[in-house]
Amino acid sequence: MRARPMNASRREFLKTSAMAGGGLIVAFTLPGASRLAQGAGKEARMSAYLRIAPNSEITVVCGLSEMGQGVHTAIPMLVAEELDADWSRVRVEQAGVDQAFANPIFGMQATGGSTSVRGHWEPMRKAGATARAMLVAAAAETWKADAAECRTERGMVIHKSGKKLSYGQLAEKAAKLTPPKDVKLKDPKQFNLLGKSGTKRLDTVAKSTGRAKFGLDVYLPGMLTAVIAYPPVPGGKAASVNDAKAKAVPGVRQVVQIPSGVAVLADGYWAAKLGRDALEIQWDHGANASLSSEGISKMLSAGAAAGGAVGRNEGDAKAATPAKTIQAEYEAPYLSHSCMEPLNCTAWVKKDGVEIWAGTQSQGPAQGILSQVAGVQPGQVKVNTMYLGGGFGRRFAPDPVIGATVLSKITGKPVKLVYSREDDTRGYFYRPASVTKMTGGLDANGVATLFTANVASPSIMEGSHFMKLPPDGVDEFGVEGIRDCPYDIPNLHIEYSRQEPGNLQVWFWRSVGHSQNSFFLESFIDEMAHAAGKDPFEFRRSLLGKQPRYKGALELAAEKADWGKPLPAGVHRGIAVVFSFGSWCAEVAEVSVVSDGTPRVHRVVAAVDCGMTVNPDIVKRQIESAIVFGLTAALYGKITFKDGRVEQSNFHDYRMLRMNEMPKVEVHIVPSTEAPGGIGEPGTPPIAPAVANAMFAATGKRIRKLPLLG
Amino acid sequence: MISLVVNGKTREVGAAPGTPLLWVLRDSLRMTGTKFGCGIAQCGACTVHLDGVPVRSCVTPLSAAAGKKVTTIEGIGATRAGKAVQAAWMRNDVPQCGYCQSGQIMSASALLAKNRAPSDADIDAAMSGNVCRCGTYNQIRTAIKDAAASAKGA
Ligand code: FES
Ligand code: FES
Repeated sequence: MRARPMNASRREFLKTSAMAGGGLIVAFTLPGASRLAQGAGKEARMSAYLRIAPNSEITVVCGLSEMGQGVHTAIPMLVAEELDADWSRVRVEQAGVDQAFANPIFGMQATGGSTSVRGHWEPMRKAGATARAMLVAAAAETWKADAAECRTERGMVIHKSGKKLSYGQLAEKAAKLTPPKDVKLKDPKQFNLLGKSGTKRLDTVAKSTGRAKFGLDVYLPGMLTAVIAYPPVPGGKAASVNDAKAKAVPGVRQVVQIPSGVAVLADGYWAAKLGRDALEIQWDHGANASLSSEGISKMLSAGAAAGGAVGRNEGDAKAATPAKTIQAEYEAPYLSHSCMEPLNCTAWVKKDGVEIWAGTQSQGPAQGILSQVAGVQPGQVKVNTMYLGGGFGRRFAPDPVIGATVLSKITGKPVKLVYSREDDTRGYFYRPASVTKMTGGLDANGVATLFTANVASPSIMEGSHFMKLPPDGVDEFGVEGIRDCPYDIPNLHIEYSRQEPGNLQVWFWRSVGHSQNSFFLESFIDEMAHAAGKDPFEFRRSLLGKQPRYKGALELAAEKADWGKPLPAGVHRGIAVVFSFGSWCAEVAEVSVVSDGTPRVHRVVAAVDCGMTVNPDIVKRQIESAIVFGLTAALYGKITFKDGRVEQSNFHDYRMLRMNEMPKVEVHIVPSTEAPGGIGEPGTPPIAPAVANAMFAATGKRIRKLPLLG
Repeated sequence: MISLVVNGKTREVGAAPGTPLLWVLRDSLRMTGTKFGCGIAQCGACTVHLDGVPVRSCVTPLSAAAGKKVTTIEGIGATRAGKAVQAAWMRNDVPQCGYCQSGQIMSASALLAKNRAPSDADIDAAMSGNVCRCGTYNQIRTAIKDAAASAKGA
């Protein structure tokens, strides 16, 4: 999901009010809030807020979804910094759905695209600074002193005479004051929390004790649990259903046919699952009955050979006459997100509206979609966001919330729709497969003079249903990471050919197009370096003269990894650098390859330039997390088709990286005073090419098709 | 009715004897700390202790737990090892999305209960059945060693 920055100050406003029992509430509208009417009333709209209670407890209400990336800690930190709050008294509360919480970058309430800190960096700090200014004014009034004689520290206003009042003591009085129109934000040099290590996550205790509530943990009175028998072939339909045996399973209450399949509703998951297993269904497989991965590869390869819409054209690639030319075709498969928590949603369609409980990344869009599904006004759709047991883009998709709502509407009861792991793995919304043909040219001195790439893949923009292919016909996600090739090569030509094998539903997957295109580009650049007889790090560096931040990340990773220095026997290095989601990330992988070709990744050294950081500990963990996600896919990840069916089903055949395969990971942050970049995704793209490049260094064999283990 | 002892309390359950313990805990007893991840003993999210031994509750029928002591994430803090592990998890800020962490803590607690100073190889052996999609493995390893060290001092 691409960041579309907007004027952050135009529509922002703040309002303050008193809390029952004498506290201060600062409500504010985020800059994206009025761009799309999400349908909520004016009153509710003022509901992005922070509360300061008389006991000095500070609550930051957060409209963003916590899926492991740490946003429920980062957002409160932004507020706390400017407020000079006592961090030990700061709490976070998940907001409901309201346009007031629209992500300033998307213009709707949603979490994704590594946008949270980028979008909220300024507005959340302003909210904190406003509250601080009012607390200072309240103290000055109490002391009949000048506000300039007061300072703030850890939840206290302190007068130069030494008098002190806590924020809790001042909150009621502050609530009666008019908020200042303009507040000054701190110079980053004055930060106490931001950019400093050591601030603990606010969700750790709940997540270390089993108390954190995820979507699957929702139980409502009279609730039914639903499991759906989905067509085994995408686009198929149930032709006939015999549900007698299913209905005979103790605990099964109802069997209903809905557009997505045949649902069994029961008193709990196990009965619903047994009921589904007992269904006898004749499927009409439709047009995809013979869909196969071989066919898909052929179709994509033909698309890449034919070329398509021009995404970038510099110099004259056709006329270039390099001394040496290399060509290669690369391929990446479909991938499932496989969040640790299988997909689910609980919905309750009542007379006066719909209420859902879900770990969702897209409250805003869900509100609009469900109002149509249930035939109510968007304002009548209430979304309770639970903790997300992983998101990675998959929880941006609406299928579980639609399914649960449809079933609740039919049955009139609260329904928890649960995907089994198999349903989740086979639930489409995959990272698209892609085939890319590339050409590289070198002059007689081994300097790169030509790079062309023809990408063939399905369109995520069209598949998303909220975007369209632009008039130039180039899917931005199809080519991101390759169209933006940063290397200083005079003749550059990129084409995109949209191919939709089986019309499969494709979707955003952690780092989106970069996840495969960076593998293509960063592997192929390595091929060019070897063809030029140059060191892969030096070759890249020589082409990044105009890209200081790329170069900075690349150099730091190489330095920290002791690039060029000897390694233990059998261990080899590979390197890659990628810019994505506003951040530059370089990774060096140290890999050995055993005789059957299986790689063992011993250590990964990463360097990231993500501008100023909010919480460097979380930044490092996110980069490490993204490396594991990318490495898992690089080594094992593939969704394949045979006779129209997805061949993988669960973790035994859609493998996850495990503890005994986990490399050591070191993450270094490039010091920076630039605006913050994203952090949830940028660590993923470089790892596949870094490992593949190390494998080439080890074996001399170039792997051009993912996964690396075949 | 089948009777079992969950975290020290005797519970009577009406579910069919073949129902996996996971769904008895979650759907019948509403103890939601134990998680569903795969249903086929491939991820460890559902790990509980049966008479002190870690088992995957998604493939453990209720009948196999009858009359036995079941310990879940809700009760593990009452054990010496579990308490040390949870404290180490918090000190090290291990969880990301958190969904796998109940199972990780249950596996780690079982390891520490029988091995007070686990080596890296011991940790690999005990923990490789627990998937973490967020990739917190290195933090888990650090926290297990931290828990072992703190328990030694205690
Ligand atoms: S749910 Fe039991 S091992 Fe995965
Ligand atoms: S913390 Fe998310 S799966 Fe482990």
